[in-house]
Amino acid sequence: MARKIRVLVAKPGLDGHDRGARVIARGLRDAGMEVVYTGLHQTPEQVVEAAIQEDVDVVGLSILSGAHMTLFPKICELLRENDSEDIKVIGGGTMPEEDVKELVEKGWAAQIFTPGATLEQIAKWIYDNV
Amino acid sequence: MSSDKLKEIKQGKENWLEKRSQMKDRDFKFETVSGLPVNDIYTPEDIKDLDYMKDLGFPGQYPYTRGVQSNMYRGRLWTMRQFAGFGTARESNERFKFLLNRGQTGLSVAFDMPTIMGYDSDHPRSLGEVGRVGVAIDSLADMETLFDGIPLEQVSTSMTTNAPASILWCMYIATGEKQGVASEKLRGTIQNDILKEYIAQKSWIFPPKPSMRLITDIFKYAKQYVPKWNSVSISGYHIREAGSTAVQELAFTLADGFAYVEAGMEVGLDVDDFAPRLSFFFNSHNDFFEEIAKYRAARRIWARRMKEKYGAKDPKSLLCRFHTQTAGCSLTAQQPENNIVRTAFQALAAVLGGTQSLHTNSMDEVLALPTEKSVQIALRTQQLIAYETGAANVMDPLAGSYYIESLTDKMEAEAEKYFEEIERRGGVLASIDQNYFQQEIADAAYRFQKDVDKKEKIVVGVNEFVDEDEELDIELLKIDPELEQAQVDHLKELRSKRDNNRVNDTLDALKKAASGPDNLIPYILDCVRAYTTQGEIIDTMREVFGEYKEKPTF
Repeated sequence: MARKIRVLVAKPGLDGHDRGARVIARGLRDAGMEVVYTGLHQTPEQVVEAAIQEDVDVVGLSILSGAHMTLFPKICELLRENDSEDIKVIGGGTMPEEDVKELVEKGWAAQIFTPGATLEQIAKWIYDNV
Repeated sequence: MSSDKLKEIKQGKENWLEKRSQMKDRDFKFETVSGLPVNDIYTPEDIKDLDYMKDLGFPGQYPYTRGVQSNMYRGRLWTMRQFAGFGTARESNERFKFLLNRGQTGLSVAFDMPTIMGYDSDHPRSLGEVGRVGVAIDSLADMETLFDGIPLEQVSTSMTTNAPASILWCMYIATGEKQGVASEKLRGTIQNDILKEYIAQKSWIFPPKPSMRLITDIFKYAKQYVPKWNSVSISGYHIREAGSTAVQELAFTLADGFAYVEAGMEVGLDVDDFAPRLSFFFNSHNDFFEEIAKYRAARRIWARRMKEKYGAKDPKSLLCRFHTQTAGCSLTAQQPENNIVRTAFQALAAVLGGTQSLHTNSMDEVLALPTEKSVQIALRTQQLIAYETGAANVMDPLAGSYYIESLTDKMEAEAEKYFEEIERRGGVLASIDQNYFQQEIADAAYRFQKDVDKKEKIVVGVNEFVDEDEELDIELLKIDPELEQAQVDHLKELRSKRDNNRVNDTLDALKKAASGPDNLIPYILDCVRAYTTQGEIIDTMREVFGEYKEKPTF
């Protein structure tokens, strides 16, 4: 049997809005993936440590505090430093379109799912790209 | 109504049903946005047990179903209170003046995440978050700037702060002192509702027990020195935003309210010493009638319990006075201009439901903090309702509607079921510990998302009526990244200029008091007056109180 895709759903930063993170975590689990949820208020270091320890294929970041332009690059940088840049970083939250474009163009996120994306679309993207 | 008349109606309904049932209905799930099934029609039969004087009464009279004041909006309109704050105190002070100049009648401060979580702007965890979702306040110096040129005896101010509420409140009191305004004259609200933080918003610092102690300390201090202040704004807003149903919002919020009442009584306060200063904060979501019924049920449940269970004598203790904010979670990033319309419906529901104050969301808040233009439209929405629609002319105008009355009863009955379950689990704190609320809300949120994904619930512009070529053409507010550094520099300067011996003395005194039984508010006030920062005060209390940890589940 093929190994199940492993996903870390993480809430970096200080905001406590975990509705999206928890809905996505459950949706991906229902789509057949192994999902680990970090809980709230994680530092980038904690997120990367958990990603490596849990041996995940994908890290999904949920950020609604406006700190996305700081947190995505920081987490990518830490993954690189730990030779784990093969882990795909995706995300979602409250982010203006220009920021979303910049995050993807600069390689700080493999994909950003903006509000309106369905659970099915997110799961499909992961199956297609891992 | 006589039983003959009821029989006649029953017969009439049967005749009507015979024809009606031959008609084919649209393929649509007829239920409220919360998933509560609704009938296709309501008649006197549905409210045959309604006892007008017992269940409704008159505005300003028990059980207050029809409103908390006897003259409602004929006396004074609701307070139009837009939540605002971003960047440093200087920028936010300008936004406050902008809103006051355009006819806003109360202030509402949004703090940034570090301020909400008790970290100073120069803390490593604050990196990238300073001034992003609200204003950064590190010390009294920032609070003085925030209210510069705004006389505190003339405005009422609401502050959305919870875990560190005691500190920001002390900063406000100290700002009043600097302006020469006695604390007895200060009017406003601190949210200070830690229970819903554990349940929904998740911005906690300390464990529940010391957090509840800080709240009862505030009750005692407010009673004596700041009598016009609302010491807790018991909030359903965040519970709803986290994905709850309307009934869950109603039930969990009131249950939290009862828990505060019990906490106050446990430390020896008379219920009438603090209950008149408890206020509420509800969401207004898309389902117009469900929301109106929710507000009416809230008033009735609160009044009945306060009187019958907690023995409150002061009529003010029985009043469920509330602020409302339109539902942020109902707004869509797609076709954001549609959000103006959504917000208008939601605001109208809040007014028809008898709210005491209202925040209307701006169309762009799903993407960023709002621009001045979009805030102005949001404020104008309230002014249109107040002055053009006629909605403020008649009190509780939907009373007597078979549907509204039946739904109000239904919401009350469903809430009572939740109260029983919470009681069975050992109360609110025990239920939090068992992850009960969190799981109920997560389940409801997941159900809703599945319904949207399957198009069983339609969200205009998102899963139906989608504009494939949509290009966003509204301007968004940008927060200058330089502001973070400016705030950090400003804080560094403060630390070098202030009397650091005095800072340390006040912190030592606070630490000692925190391990004992004294009321902590005078100690915190001393710290604040010495320009001790919020982060320093929180760290000191954290050493004594420890930190809350959640078990992450989904």
